[in-house]
Amino acid sequence: MRPILMKGHERPLTFLKYNRDGDLLFSCAKDHTPTVWFADNGERLGTYRGHNGAVWTCDVSRDSTRLITGSADQTVKLWNVQKGTQLYTFNFGSPARSVEFAIGDKLAVITTDPFMELTSAIHVKRIAGDPTEQTEESVLVIKGPQGRINRAVWGPLNRTIISAGEDAVIRIWDSETGKLLKESDKESGHKKTITSLTKAADGSHFLSGSLDKSAKLWDTRTLTLIKTYSTERPVNAVAMSPLLDHVVLGGGQDASAVTTTDHRAGKFEAKFYDKILQEEIGGVKGHFGPINALAFNPDGKRYGANKISLLIYNLLMKLDVVVCCASNEPCLWKVEIYGSTDVFIIVS
Amino acid sequence: MAAEVMLMNEIEAKAASMGIDLNIDFNSIQLPRGEDCGIVSDDEDVYHDDQLEFDSGFGNVIVVDNLPVVPREKFEKLEGVIRKIYSQIGVIKEDGLWMPVDPETKKTLGYCFIEYNTPQEAELAKEKTNGYKLDRAHIFAVNMFDDFDKYMRVPDEWAPPEIKPYTPGENLQKWLTDEKARDQFVIRAGTDTEVLWNDARQSKTELVYKRTYWTESFVQWSPLGTYLATVHRQGAAVWGGANTFNRLMRYAHPQVKLIDFSPGEKFLVTYSSHEPSNPRDANRVVINIFDVRTGKVMRDFKGSADEFTIGGAGGVAGVSWPVFRWGGGKEDKYFAKLGKNMISVYETETFSLIDKKSLKVENVVDFSWSPTDLILALFVPELGGGNQPARVSLVQIPSKVELRQKNLFSVSDCKMYWQSNGEYLAVKADRYTKTKKSTYTGFELFRIKERDIPIEVLELDNKNDKIIAFAWEPKGHRFAVIHGDNPRPDISFYSMKSSHNLGRVSKLTTLKGKQANALFWSPGGRFIVLAGLKGFNGQLEFFNVDELETMATAEHFMATDIEWDPTGRYVATAVTSVHEMENGFNIWSFHGKLLYRILKDHFFQFLWRPRPPSFLSAEKEEEILKYLKKYSKKYDAEDQDVSMLLSEQDREKRRMLKEEWEKWISEWRRASEEEKLERQKLRDGEASDEEEEYEAKEVEVEEILDFSEEVLFEE
Repeated sequence: MRPILMKGHERPLTFLKYNRDGDLLFSCAKDHTPTVWFADNGERLGTYRGHNGAVWTCDVSRDSTRLITGSADQTVKLWNVQKGTQLYTFNFGSPARSVEFAIGDKLAVITTDPFMELTSAIHVKRIAGDPTEQTEESVLVIKGPQGRINRAVWGPLNRTIISAGEDAVIRIWDSETGKLLKESDKESGHKKTITSLTKAADGSHFLSGSLDKSAKLWDTRTLTLIKTYSTERPVNAVAMSPLLDHVVLGGGQDASAVTTTDHRAGKFEAKFYDKILQEEIGGVKGHFGPINALAFNPDGKRYGANKISLLIYNLLMKLDVVVCCASNEPCLWKVEIYGSTDVFIIVS
Repeated sequence: MAAEVMLMNEIEAKAASMGIDLNIDFNSIQLPRGEDCGIVSDDEDVYHDDQLEFDSGFGNVIVVDNLPVVPREKFEKLEGVIRKIYSQIGVIKEDGLWMPVDPETKKTLGYCFIEYNTPQEAELAKEKTNGYKLDRAHIFAVNMFDDFDKYMRVPDEWAPPEIKPYTPGENLQKWLTDEKARDQFVIRAGTDTEVLWNDARQSKTELVYKRTYWTESFVQWSPLGTYLATVHRQGAAVWGGANTFNRLMRYAHPQVKLIDFSPGEKFLVTYSSHEPSNPRDANRVVINIFDVRTGKVMRDFKGSADEFTIGGAGGVAGVSWPVFRWGGGKEDKYFAKLGKNMISVYETETFSLIDKKSLKVENVVDFSWSPTDLILALFVPELGGGNQPARVSLVQIPSKVELRQKNLFSVSDCKMYWQSNGEYLAVKADRYTKTKKSTYTGFELFRIKERDIPIEVLELDNKNDKIIAFAWEPKGHRFAVIHGDNPRPDISFYSMKSSHNLGRVSKLTTLKGKQANALFWSPGGRFIVLAGLKGFNGQLEFFNVDELETMATAEHFMATDIEWDPTGRYVATAVTSVHEMENGFNIWSFHGKLLYRILKDHFFQFLWRPRPPSFLSAEKEEEILKYLKKYSKKYDAEDQDVSMLLSEQDREKRRMLKEEWEKWISEWRRASEEEKLERQKLRDGEASDEEEEYEAKEVEVEEILDFSEEVLFEE
């Protein structure tokens, strides 16, 4: 395994997104500047300048022409992926936490944090084909869940919106009327803040990760709990392999507590689980700092193996991306990467 | 200030002025029938625990008798004297001192009532002043007000107690007859307490009994494993049963802090410490000794904490627990307590001191019983700046005959370690060097079972090494010592008898530079876990002392507790809630193979259920050992069956899960197919859904690695 370092970000990274083809990797960071990289060799392709605060989230359209980013500067921006120019800015009264394009890329769901007197909210915006026709107004605004909504994604055929956040409840909303359709059960559901939520490639099921030290797999249509993966530490990020029946959980203790303990105590490994048997099958060891985001390269077939991006928070308060190529064998995942402050790719 | 006495006619006058009719016809008041006024209590205990509740509200009142009878002129003077005496003990309530006066003679009646703020103060006052000599003719007789009532109620004629029909109890030892010969343990995590089987064959636990809020502070097994004790604000309780855990007995002791069973589990000692009302006083200590089976208090000890803290400074909450140390093996015949310049030995037949007096030993600071025999080892430190040497002596009980004594010179501190069979006693003595600036350590080894009890002196190769830990091999003749000053200390093993040198101690080996600071011998001897707890983050080394070789090294990161199961087959290591992360326990085989691992947040306790000693004689055990192969065949076969069954079950489980998953997959495919057209529409007619239709297939490939033919001969 030979790592390729990808230097660029100056502040901790917050989110990662591959485009559909798996050739581009978009990274968001607290340094205000989302960056796009070639996924193959780690070369920096360009940056998107214009935000005035930490960038929490992004999504890229199916044809890889549009990028949408959400930031703590209380705006959500649309970008031309190729030119790096701003196309439109949505203004909110509070930081934007998550964004996602709908199927067809004509709608986007955006969540905003509670801020001052504002409560958290889920906004649906129409995305115009021609950026000059883009308008500010929301198609729908949903309010109700307590605390921050960490993730909101589209259900099948854009008919529903699935949200999860600090109140530990997963909710399914009608995307037309904003009516609450389903709520996860208090008994079987998560007990603490849900930090991440990721859909399967076909959107049929999704995986949620929580600070209650578990991740859960749900059916998107019925909100039936299918699997639970228990781990030893709070889960910050989850990912599902598009190719194999594997899920990856990342997490660790709070950044503020990192330097107070032995590196083994923090449990910063990304853990691999068998999706069906719910058993731990492997891990990537050696990171020093909690993992805040994970993503699989959707183009798994190209290498006949999994490509995983791991976001690592290290001692120097910078986040690293590790894109590692892992085969079927759990042992190959035990890549040791110590104390690096740069973004790098490992190619097997 | 004189106590106010309102005369009856005054009351009546007052009542009349307020318009109250004092002539109440008690017969006219109709209360619902029955003592509980028809309201059924939901506490089952109300019905059979009458003796526990005599809270008449006078618990803080004492009656002082044998006071001088004085006329009116001297009333105030006498009252002043009494007040002076009794307010030293506690705070007397306002108007809490009442000395009645004979209305005819106007003289006092020779007694008074004193009300304190708390029952504890009243109790203390009774203890301290009963028998107080005011002068020759007036010796105080002090009683609790409630006691009068209690003793008045004793019927004059003796009635034979009702004999209850015998009801056979449950077999409290049933867990020992487990078919798979498993052991149990109790864990406490969060608010739950669980008793579990250690099913090592299947690498998992099996629940026996679980209860939320079972105890309010901790749980403890009795030494033979029969009972599980829980501790509550009102007292302690023991639980047991054939298949589950029922409450067998309760022991009332408010605010009990610590408990201790006698080795034969006949008696339970409970301890509590109470804040004094006067902050300058020491805490008040209450110790009760209960009969475990009947629940009766056999003896109680009350007093200031100072009386219980001689010798070993500190310990738990000021006293070194257990205060009472039990001697004489499993017979529970004697127990002893360290006192100032004495050791008080009590016997359990009458619960009084042997020969009615304590064993006088000037300046004794520590003692310990032989685990098997009625022998006390006691330690007296150096006195008079070295003029009088320190001394260790062995005293036989109940005869109080000194069996052996050894003077030790320039000793600063001393610790005694008995071997579990009582065959050897090791005394670790820290001695001053000539300059008196530093100390070094040596061992005095007593051979208790040999004639005249020979003593041998052992010094380490490097006698300046600090001793970090010392442990005898249970039932064996070897011991292990961790010594050294550097961060990686050495571990040495010694034997009290080696093949060529029977009567001499000899070193077996020294392991250099180990990350260990604690020793855990298997209860069967032979194997030992060398553990690096705390600073070493949970390093474990499983060592075979017969072969002097390391069987395995492992780590249970941050481990705080290590305990062998009573049979010496398994080792449990646990991370308790002193750490925030990693809470839970691991179960290992004796040779260091990790069998399974369970994580539990807020993990407080892990305790193996002890087993009573085997009934087999030493010869019989030897015989079994000799024919072990024959017996083990049967168990090996069973193990094999289990593992076959397990893998079969495992396969079945996997198959089920896969099948279930396949169902979901096909359901999703179907839904996806149904929605295909609409999805296409959403994408403006773009049809490419194909990348979502991946498929994962598992292919099993068999490969012959090697093939050879051999012809087998039979001679």
